Amino acid sequence: MPQPEVSYQLRAPEASAASEKPAVSTPLSRLTSSLGSASVGWIVPAALVLLWTVAADRGWAPPQFLPPPSTVLRTFGEQYDSGELLTNFAVSLGRVAGGFSLGALLGVVLGVAMGLSRTLEDYLSPLFRAASQVPVLGWLPLAMMFLGIGESLKLVIIAHASLVPVAMNTLKGIQSVPRQYVEVARAFGYSHGQLLRKVIFPASVPAMFVGVRYGITQAWLSLVTVELLASSEGLGFMIVWGRQLLQLDLVLAAIIVIGAVGLLFDKSLALLEARLLRWRPASTLAGGHS
Amino acid sequence: MSELLTVEARGSSAREPAVEAGGSSAREPGVDKPAVLETRTWWQRSLATRRGLVVPGLVLVAWIVATHYGLVNKHLVAKPEKVVTRAIEELRNGGLLLNLFASIKRDLIGFVIGAVAGVLFGGLLGVSRRSERLFGPTFHAAKQVAMFAWIPLMSVWLGTGEVAKVVFIAVAAFYPIVVNTQEGIESVAREHIEVARAFRYTRWQIVRKVVFPSALPSIFAGVQTGLIYAWLGTIGAEYLLSPDLGIGNLMIEGRESLQMDKVLLGVTVVGLVGASINLLASRLEQYVLRWRVTAFEARQ
Repeated sequence: MPQPEVSYQLRAPEASAASEKPAVSTPLSRLTSSLGSASVGWIVPAALVLLWTVAADRGWAPPQFLPPPSTVLRTFGEQYDSGELLTNFAVSLGRVAGGFSLGALLGVVLGVAMGLSRTLEDYLSPLFRAASQVPVLGWLPLAMMFLGIGESLKLVIIAHASLVPVAMNTLKGIQSVPRQYVEVARAFGYSHGQLLRKVIFPASVPAMFVGVRYGITQAWLSLVTVELLASSEGLGFMIVWGRQLLQLDLVLAAIIVIGAVGLLFDKSLALLEARLLRWRPASTLAGGHS
Repeated sequence: MSELLTVEARGSSAREPAVEAGGSSAREPGVDKPAVLETRTWWQRSLATRRGLVVPGLVLVAWIVATHYGLVNKHLVAKPEKVVTRAIEELRNGGLLLNLFASIKRDLIGFVIGAVAGVLFGGLLGVSRRSERLFGPTFHAAKQVAMFAWIPLMSVWLGTGEVAKVVFIAVAAFYPIVVNTQEGIESVAREHIEVARAFRYTRWQIVRKVVFPSALPSIFAGVQTGLIYAWLGTIGAEYLLSPDLGIGNLMIEGRESLQMDKVLLGVTVVGLVGASINLLASRLEQYVLRWRVTAFEARQ
């Protein structure tokens, strides 16, 4: 009986098809094994920066088109020292924080309400689905007509960008709570409040989180776009400003910060998710007795 | 409290794919759906339809009342019938179709370029662990930059015309397709590869006959997200790059000349196109993956 098992374990293939170790050791594979997996990831960025430096140095492209990395770094430092960078960063982050909290809160409330009451779902979800067919940016010109190009525009657009995914995923999460959980809770004589708090809510948190992550990505994307189109401060504005002056070093500095913020959101949400869902692997029922 | 009962009566599949952008729920294989519908009679379903029309109806009535009785600034808020006449007018003089075709054309060209590149690159990352180690970190870092932030930079290098727009749309579609292709390939069951090895498949045969088919559902999920992003990118590129024919430009024009009817027409068309693209993609998915549904049924 163990025979196939043994051969199985001997081969122990990786998940992918072509991950068999090559018989011949190529220079690259020797490099891979000697440097370890983490540092290999730096090869491509390093090569790109090298290429960029050489290209700027040799004048393959005029400096207005391709400023050398050193200039970008210096501009970054100048912007940091003068406080411009931090101010714009804070403005953008504040807008996202405000709009996202508003949108996510409304989204969770709407999603939970629609998930618990089929009547409410019948009334609201068709409109919801229809409106969500239009991408957030599709509403932008209309919103600009009504709200002008001030702070309220940014708040509304970001709130809208986060509301739809959060609400839809919350609804989906509640709807897909396994009915056995509800039955067990009933058998234990849980009240409606307990059922909600201890069963339905914890069981739908993973889906809700998918919505939150997607929502925050959308919110950040929309904010940058709104700032590119209509703003006089913020990271998006920095890019437009740099573009108008043909100072690509400024543009690139702002892009780096935008990427860093995106990374920050992504990592912190992944961390939060792991923390909130700690109970999952251990517990068999979504009782939440932790 | 009978409302809580409904939670019980609904489908119990906890593994349904998450809703990413609204309305794309058509992506579900359609297997889990009937369980929900069965619990409702014809009368209940028609009741749901009528309930769904209540809120939009109220909005329409409020809009008509507000515009006809001068409750709102009539220079700003167009009357509903004005939007309809504007749509007919734009259809008659061909302006709408011209703009629409220009947008769809650049959307599709950009999408196809991005999708082909995305499947190839994602496939490379999924199949070869070494290229994932080499390119993966750079790709994931670049992905973190909100995509519209690249537009001003691209406009310096590629100009503000059609090339820049198409390249941007391709980039927008590229990211989700790479991610999903890679994930799909990495989650291929190792047993399947084992069986193929036992049958002495060559590496190429394994990729073509085992890895690719099992990764296909995930690739399609990426294609759908890519389509959504490509359309979003089309609208955004039209806002931000040089004015040309396009739905995004129609809306910007409408806003600048304070013609809300034109803007609303644009919003409607953008939504309709997005919905049709989604629908077409999910139909195509159902067709291409029809063997998958039969496999599921065979297991029952």
